[in-house]
Amino acid sequence: MNQFILADCTTESGALSQLHDGAVVKAGGVDLLDLMKSGIATPTKLVNIRNISGMRGIHETAQGLNIGALTTLAEIEEDPAVKAHYAILSDACGHAATPQIRNMATVGGNLLQQNRCWYFRSDDFACLKKGKDMCFAFDGLNQYHAIFDNTTCPSVAPSSAAVALLGLNASVELTSAKGKRTVAIKDFYVHPDVNPMTRTVIAPDELLTAVVIPKPASGTRSAYQKYGEKRSYDWATADAGVVLEMDGNICRKAAIVMGAASPVVMRSPKAEAMLAGKPITEETARAAGKAAMEGAQPLSMNGYKVQLFPVAIYRTILLAAGQMGRDPSAVG
Amino acid sequence: MATTKITPAEEALLGAVADAATPPPGTETVMMPVGIPGYTLHQEARQIPTTQPPVLPINKDLQYIGKSPKRWDAHAKVSGSARYTYDIQLPGMLYAKFVNAAVPHAHIVSIDTSAAEKLPGVKGVYVIQHLLGGAVLRDAALKSKTYPTVRYAGQPIAAVAATQPHIAEEAAKLVKVQYDAKPFVVDLEKARQPNAPQVFPGPADQAGTAGGGGGPHGVTQTGNVHGPAIHKVGDAEQGFKDADVVVESKYSTQVQTHSALETHGVVADWKPDLLTVWASTQGTASVREELAAFFHLPKSQVRVITEFMGGGFGAKFGAGNPGVVAAQLSRQTGTPVWLMLDRKQEHLSVGNRPSSDQTLKIGAKKDGTLTAVQLVSFGSAGCGTGAGCAGPATNLYKWAALHTEENDVFINAGPASAMRAPGHPQGAFALEQTIDELATKLNMDPIDLRDKIDENPVRRVERQIIRESALWKSRNPKPNADQGHIKRGVGLSQSVWYRHINMNSAAEVRVHRDGSVEVLSAVQDIGTGIKTVLAQVLAEQFGVPPEKVSVKIGDTNYPIGPNSGGSVTTASLTPAVRDAAWQASQKFLASVAPALGTAPDDLVLTGGEVHSKSNKFQPITFRRAAAKMDTDEVSAQSKRIPDYNKGHYDTYGGVDVAEVEVDTETGLIHVKRIFAVHDCGRPMNPSQVINQINGGLIQGISYALYENRLLDPNFGYMVNPNLEQYKIAGSRDIPELHVQLVESYIGQSSTDASGIGEAAGVMSAAAAIGNAFHNATGVRIRTTPMTPPVVLKALSKAPQRSETA
Repeated sequence: MNQFILADCTTESGALSQLHDGAVVKAGGVDLLDLMKSGIATPTKLVNIRNISGMRGIHETAQGLNIGALTTLAEIEEDPAVKAHYAILSDACGHAATPQIRNMATVGGNLLQQNRCWYFRSDDFACLKKGKDMCFAFDGLNQYHAIFDNTTCPSVAPSSAAVALLGLNASVELTSAKGKRTVAIKDFYVHPDVNPMTRTVIAPDELLTAVVIPKPASGTRSAYQKYGEKRSYDWATADAGVVLEMDGNICRKAAIVMGAASPVVMRSPKAEAMLAGKPITEETARAAGKAAMEGAQPLSMNGYKVQLFPVAIYRTILLAAGQMGRDPSAVG
Repeated sequence: MATTKITPAEEALLGAVADAATPPPGTETVMMPVGIPGYTLHQEARQIPTTQPPVLPINKDLQYIGKSPKRWDAHAKVSGSARYTYDIQLPGMLYAKFVNAAVPHAHIVSIDTSAAEKLPGVKGVYVIQHLLGGAVLRDAALKSKTYPTVRYAGQPIAAVAATQPHIAEEAAKLVKVQYDAKPFVVDLEKARQPNAPQVFPGPADQAGTAGGGGGPHGVTQTGNVHGPAIHKVGDAEQGFKDADVVVESKYSTQVQTHSALETHGVVADWKPDLLTVWASTQGTASVREELAAFFHLPKSQVRVITEFMGGGFGAKFGAGNPGVVAAQLSRQTGTPVWLMLDRKQEHLSVGNRPSSDQTLKIGAKKDGTLTAVQLVSFGSAGCGTGAGCAGPATNLYKWAALHTEENDVFINAGPASAMRAPGHPQGAFALEQTIDELATKLNMDPIDLRDKIDENPVRRVERQIIRESALWKSRNPKPNADQGHIKRGVGLSQSVWYRHINMNSAAEVRVHRDGSVEVLSAVQDIGTGIKTVLAQVLAEQFGVPPEKVSVKIGDTNYPIGPNSGGSVTTASLTPAVRDAAWQASQKFLASVAPALGTAPDDLVLTGGEVHSKSNKFQPITFRRAAAKMDTDEVSAQSKRIPDYNKGHYDTYGGVDVAEVEVDTETGLIHVKRIFAVHDCGRPMNPSQVINQINGGLIQGISYALYENRLLDPNFGYMVNPNLEQYKIAGSRDIPELHVQLVESYIGQSSTDASGIGEAAGVMSAAAAIGNAFHNATGVRIRTTPMTPPVVLKALSKAPQRSETA
């Protein structure tokens, strides 16, 4: 591990005043320390925000929910308000990584973690995402890589919380010494075509301080399920988030989100269109799942994902609609 | 329990009762329990040395042996006070770090260590001149004249020692290695092509280790293909002609790494008169052996200590590169040196289970009799050998003719080493599925077919238990019977391992006047629980509870202990310990006889009491009697004597049934349950035996479904050298495991103990899951790991309802 200066901060303003000269923010440290140990991240200065008390907690407001960025995944998973009205978020946070990691990982850090790609995460490969000019995944081992938007860098969006938050039309609150701004999750991530090295629009002098979720419309039901190879501690090969605005059995509006499908967490308007104005049945759910794969461009080894996502989506639609229990084949 | 009928063949295997001829001088004829209680238990005669202790009755008649007392070191382990090699701290100790090859194949032109040496805190740099592990060129003239040729990315090249770990890490990066890179190959199939890059410029062979592994020597080598090693018995060609049914299939298995929780490493302290090495090893003796040979030291000047050990699975014999490099750096610097590998190095450079591509062909008569078994295998042990996997095909069943050809294929990857039941998980995956395929073709039940072709009397009983189990009874013999996308299946697999005895097994037992007893042996406890078993052996002899016995092991200052590999430790060492305990008890009686006013042969030590045969006194406790010893201590040392019935070759095994649910839409296999019926002779400590079988099944499930060393085909680097993308079964991936032991006495030693490490489910889990998968889906899966992509591909390719009975 490289040597660095550690700025241990206990207030938000204190942390903000440290955000210069290549400072890197550390919250739970789950992803960052891994990247530092393998020599991928080499910060000269670490700003530890873990102990800032004002940035942790879940608050119900008239507009919806405000979640402090330092709230852990475990706290979100177990929160009664989240469980009652934002099942998709409780599910997503509750099925990430392991119980130990969920106790340590913060929602802010989860949203800001780096994409999954073993070439990027190995110090043996100097890749596009590290500022070099080559991607090794196209001709290499790409079974876990993206099937959409994968022509520049096929690494996959890792955050299960982001899947839920995109489906819930959430935003993140970014704070700098100059003030606050709010950015919708859908605008938060930077596509690798724009810049493979930049993950999000957050500026070097900004902290992600909160997640803001609007109150769901009446009749909203939601769910998240993760599919992978192992039940304990595995990254999703396909995860699906579903938010349904229901009128009786008719779906007014749907949000269908896929994680681990593309470099930036994505909704599928085509899948959503298959549900809008229709009753939720296994048939419409399967049609939505199938529609979600339109335009998929699998690489040499990840064709199975095109088979897997429709299953993940239809089963999660039925779970959200209350027509199926939690899938025993889902993992996490 | 029901009694099975013993066939004449079984009777022959069990051994006829020895004739009553006069025993040779120094020996006596004793009757020993042999067979399976409730099934085949009987008495057999053995001629044994008169110095041997009395015959040990079966477990139910014993107080401590065959019971499951608390693990002797449980508290130390769970409280964190147990000191592993990783934890060793010595005054002034330096931390060492390897410099590893950055390319998969190259000649090293030059190595510049000057920048590393100048870094403050760096105390020593050592460039490796003689690399351990992997195959060695037969023709020494072909060897590199400068530095060892790099044959895989991650191969150790040099090492630095510094006052702090991060300084060593930084210094390692400052060592400049200039490579003359050469073409490389990391894919088995490509490596077999005539124009493939050559891993070795000529024929090369690898030595084995105490736990098996290492390939054949002196076989043909063509390009990267080292072999075939051919084994022929009878006329296989004729056998296939004689067959009514022939089944032929191809199977392939991946590379698995040992991934023990504690990585390889040592702490070495080189002093002028003594090299002391704390080692994470399966063999204190093997580490001493290798260090003494490497540095031309007398063995008496090398001491190896392994207090606690975090797993090995076959990869931790000898000092290896970490051992000799740390010792060298300690010698250079005059300071103790700590050198433990990181997880990446652990995956890359210290061993693995080789891959396999197998073509297995079996011919049978209508009644199931096997007319011929033919196996052609290609497997890669990286830049080593040892990928043979014909063990199960050769040894599980009776055949009229056998023809096996095993080939090692060199690739530019780290050398394999022995791994828990070398060759068997691969071989059983193919064999046991092929036997099931054969059963289908013959319209026979899988257990009936095995009853016909498997002569082993213990597995016959195990199959009977399986046959009567609720799980097996719940199996629908018709495959692919479930409607819907979740399909349930049940399948079984058998396993076989061999009785090996390591004669380098000795112990000393001491009895003190305060009534305390202790046992000393250099044997290491690799986590399987030999400490507890030794305590039980002493407890049985002296009538002292096991937790009151002192067990001092893991130090070559004590009498030599066996290397723990190949399921030998308990079978090899416990007789020596019991012999020593018996002899110490005789000395003890002699020592207390005068004070008790009688002759030694009037005294008996039994159940923790000293009795006078002539009733000269009321029985007194062992402890009270000890106070009457005429010296402070009596002791006896014993070494292993050969098995009582040497000509008799025993095997161990088991039968495992797996229940799976296959989600045909997602490709996920959910192993719901495994029922495992196993034998390991006399279970010395049933709970520890079951513990090992649980571990073996878990390792087998992990192999079947998850683990895979993945090398990038274009650059030769491992892309998953961690425990995140190298996937190992976690707690929620582990099904309900139900283990039943079959006690099987063989009358071979003073404890009649056997081993369990290999025949513990690790070899049969993948095959049982494969057979259960077929029962669920009607489709054969012939590739491991059986990940969702592999499953979906198998389901999409296979014709509907294949092999349906």
